[in-house]
Amino acid sequence: MNGVPFEHGLLLAALLFALGLAGTLARRNLVFTLMGIEIMLNAAGLAFVLAGAHWGQPDGQVMFLFILVVAAAEVSVGLALFLGLYRLLRTLDPDRARLMKG
Amino acid sequence: MEFAFYSAALIALVATALVVTRRSAAHAALYLVVSLLSVALIFFLVGAPLVAALEIVIYAGAIMVLLVFFIMTLNVSVEARRPESEWLQVRAWLGPALLALLLAAELAYLLWRAPGGMTGGRTIPPQDVSVALFGPYALAVEIASFLLLAGLVGAYRLGSHFISAMQDPAEGEEEGS
Repeated sequence: MNGVPFEHGLLLAALLFALGLAGTLARRNLVFTLMGIEIMLNAAGLAFVLAGAHWGQPDGQVMFLFILVVAAAEVSVGLALFLGLYRLLRTLDPDRARLMKG
Repeated sequence: MEFAFYSAALIALVATALVVTRRSAAHAALYLVVSLLSVALIFFLVGAPLVAALEIVIYAGAIMVLLVFFIMTLNVSVEARRPESEWLQVRAWLGPALLALLLAAELAYLLWRAPGGMTGGRTIPPQDVSVALFGPYALAVEIASFLLLAGLVGAYRLGSHFISAMQDPAEGEEEGS
């Protein structure tokens, strides 16, 4: 992997993060919002692992493991929340969850 | 190796772009699995085999299965009301299948091309990661375990309406808030 510049890997992570952010902001379905957050977390982990590989240190992979833990906890709690929201409103459109008049 | 990296990066970008543009949540989940697999291939290429395996096992395996179960439970797909024969149209699975096939061809090319050293740089073995995890990062590992416990308790609490509704429908309806 010596032939590939480090910047190209970081560019890939940035593009993936941008795609996840676009999906989170643009979609009106909470499942897609959650997928966008997953993509963003994964892109951040990719940047960590690439940097760790660039400097030859295991710290990047350690950080990726922590990101994995955060993603797992976030998905489990988020899906339980969406289940309750769907039971209440019969929809997964975040624009219709306005019971607090926010 | 450069070819493998750039093609895997291209597949990841295309699959991710398709994730955020699909109308059906189930199709988007398929493309997301392909995207995660290609990122796992990149991890393997840069000399991080442990996180490559974990990316497949936990991300593409456990988390995506949870998400697909959620989609199946709520039937939130656009095509949820149509018969199953229309779900399995060729164009529904052709895109993910083609991208996954490209990844498989790339893996076969790498295995055929370079037995032994897969990476030009230094591969960081799982031993180094483990030593770092239980050495300077021991406190962070404990905090991560607490976070997982909090996620478990929170998910159980939030889902307890469903559990009580399944066991006793009348009580579940009263408790619904």
